[in-house]
Amino acid sequence: MAHGAGGKASRKLVEGLFVPLLSGAMPQALADAAHVDINGASFAITTDSFVVNPLRFPGGSIGELAVNGTMNDLAVSGACGKVMVVTFVLEEGLATPTLEAEVRAMAEAARRAGVSIVGGDTKVVEHGKADKMYITTTGIGHPLPGVKVDPASVRPGNKIILSGPIGDHGITILLARGELDFEADLSSDTRCILPLVEALAGAAAPGIRWMRDPTRGGVATSLNELARDSGLCMVLEEELVPTRDAVRGACELLGLDALHIANEGQFLAVVSSDHADAAVKALNAAAGGEDARIIGEVREQPAAAVLITTRYGGSRIIDMLVGDPLPRIC
Amino acid sequence: MCLAIPGKIIDVLEGSPTLGTVEVVGVRRKVDLGLLQQDDMPKPGDWVLIHVGFAMSKISEKDALEQMRTLAMLGEAEQAMQEVQGYGLEETGPNSIVREKPH
Amino acid sequence: MRFVDEFRDPEIITKTAEEIRRLIDPARHYRFMEVCGGHTHAIYRFGLKDLLPANIELIHGPGCPVCVLPMGRIDDGLAVAESTDHPVMFTAFGDMMRVPGTHGSPLEHKARGVDVRIVYSPSDALKLARCNPDKHVMFFAIGFETTAPSTALTLMRAKAEGIKNFSVFCNHVTIIPAIRAILDSPDMRLDAFIGPGHVSTVIGCRPYEWIARNEHKPIVVSGFEPLDLLQSIVMILRQLRAGEAKVENQYKRVVPWEGNRAALRAMAEVFELRPYFEWRGLGFISQSALRLRDSYAEWDSERRFQVPGVRVTDPRAAQCGEVLKGVLKPAQCKLFGKECTPEHPIGALMVSTEGSCAAYHSYQLRKEAVTSIHSAA
Repeated sequence: MAHGAGGKASRKLVEGLFVPLLSGAMPQALADAAHVDINGASFAITTDSFVVNPLRFPGGSIGELAVNGTMNDLAVSGACGKVMVVTFVLEEGLATPTLEAEVRAMAEAARRAGVSIVGGDTKVVEHGKADKMYITTTGIGHPLPGVKVDPASVRPGNKIILSGPIGDHGITILLARGELDFEADLSSDTRCILPLVEALAGAAAPGIRWMRDPTRGGVATSLNELARDSGLCMVLEEELVPTRDAVRGACELLGLDALHIANEGQFLAVVSSDHADAAVKALNAAAGGEDARIIGEVREQPAAAVLITTRYGGSRIIDMLVGDPLPRIC
Repeated sequence: MCLAIPGKIIDVLEGSPTLGTVEVVGVRRKVDLGLLQQDDMPKPGDWVLIHVGFAMSKISEKDALEQMRTLAMLGEAEQAMQEVQGYGLEETGPNSIVREKPH
Repeated sequence: MRFVDEFRDPEIITKTAEEIRRLIDPARHYRFMEVCGGHTHAIYRFGLKDLLPANIELIHGPGCPVCVLPMGRIDDGLAVAESTDHPVMFTAFGDMMRVPGTHGSPLEHKARGVDVRIVYSPSDALKLARCNPDKHVMFFAIGFETTAPSTALTLMRAKAEGIKNFSVFCNHVTIIPAIRAILDSPDMRLDAFIGPGHVSTVIGCRPYEWIARNEHKPIVVSGFEPLDLLQSIVMILRQLRAGEAKVENQYKRVVPWEGNRAALRAMAEVFELRPYFEWRGLGFISQSALRLRDSYAEWDSERRFQVPGVRVTDPRAAQCGEVLKGVLKPAQCKLFGKECTPEHPIGALMVSTEGSCAAYHSYQLRKEAVTSIHSAA
């Protein structure tokens, strides 16, 4: 179960099992999407599966996650998603209105994102063999001109930009499950971030070095992956990382770190320092990008690590998650 | 054993057990007030320390402010000392601060 | 006041750090033990070690209730949950969920079909019992005196309401015997203690007086914000300079000197001391843990169910005991970072997020690797 949580265990599964067996056909196995050439035409393609409990939650539902999630993976790989196919695995006995609600949600999300759902498949499995509904979406798009995303191109001095407040989605889901009996005015941040990525590209394309959407495992996992892939150090300043009050409150009460919490409507970008200010300005001017800001920078040491500095000169290493973040009382 | 957070009481629900709704930076939960002194129950606006869904203690704003004042004064006594040293009345040495006498 | 941000004020923190520098004797090496796992976590989270002079060494004590729980107790609790004659729901705090038992952690048991649920409060476990009358809800209780009163009050409520499908598997332990075990350890040389702030909201400050009187060591009961910890260190240094050894309460805004009478009464009503209890890494300690009184036998999992009573010894190579007592640093254990890592922990000090080994591995390890490279250069 820890393997789906997006942290160390997930990475081991992908690197240890999938890549060695499939790597002939998967040159960019570890990026958010694969950019391929077919007979001279360039495409980007990605696939993702969505499992969430509860299916509906403040701010969205599994259907929206499925559309936005795949569009976002394409966007942060530097591509504009144009078409999508969808697979449903449904648990026997799932109420028809529930399914219908998700299909409507997907249609609406696709319309907002400017993507067409052109095909799909459905399978029904025995009761108990699926958590009500699993959705897989595969998206295809064309590369954004002038945008190249490559961890190997990241250099010390590059700036780390975050598009907005973190932790909204993961905390919303945690509270929506109802087990912890907390209430907060919080909703999932699920949205298609393509317009923001396009705004960034418009102002700073030559400066973009890397992007990622910090979903499961949060900002900590995404930056640790970059630190590992580039061999460099990601240094964040704690006070610059935006979090909503309710997320901070929930994290304090439950002993969680917002940096490990999943997001469904944010992205990280590493941009060269000469383009960073223009990048942030363009994001702030775009709808939904008002809270975007530089949260840190890339340095040489400590190598392959993520460091966060506190307001008073202290610092600590931020590690990748092992499994899902769990509330604690100690 | 130690994660306990300050939260503000929003309301107190009469009954047994006595529960209160607390708010911690926008997150709300009912907590059990049964471990507090029954003759000194918190009122809305009071702050309590919350641990595993129970209020452990009322937080004394008076003590908190006093602590902040004590800490804020740290270094002021030292500053005064340095001023005096700067008048050249102390013996000179590697640690003394030599400054011109004020006019 | 929000009682948090004020105690993280960077200006005052800087001032307090300067005061520490003024008070230390540069020729002396200070060793302060922070007993409470929450303090360990706070020190790493706020990067406080970076603010202290190099000759102040903070040693992490055994105040981590997950770390000191023997594996056999986890096996026993999970065995009760797995018993097939009656469906049992295993409930516990999130801290317990990844702690390995002999046949896997609670989460791994959940993956195999055992009904395992995370609860934030023992009262949530009782609520699950009310809402699931066809299941028995067992609350696997851990924690020191901070948490025990909440379990006690929950049991009192269960009894008053006549809720029969609820029981507690009690692993509550008490802090004073643990401190005594540290001081009795021949390898241990400490100058002072940073006292556990939240345990003290229940037991007050009096129980520490023997440390000052008999052992001549200062003990300052401390809060958990950066300013609290730094101020406590200032207070300790002032005592040491003056040749004093007394109990002081830095966490006055929350800790009453006499403790919490209502909490202590609830504990006395429901619990009694076990004659002895095994602490992982420290061995058997007498009068150091709680069990339910006979008047609460019906709500005692160990009396309601057949509990195997498994004793599991840790691998000989694992040096959890010495690290727990502060004799060894995590990195000095032979298994640290090799066989024993956060992904596959062997000892509980690596599983619990506030366990010294996990904290060191996650927050400190690579930082120190870099520092040593730079200082060697």
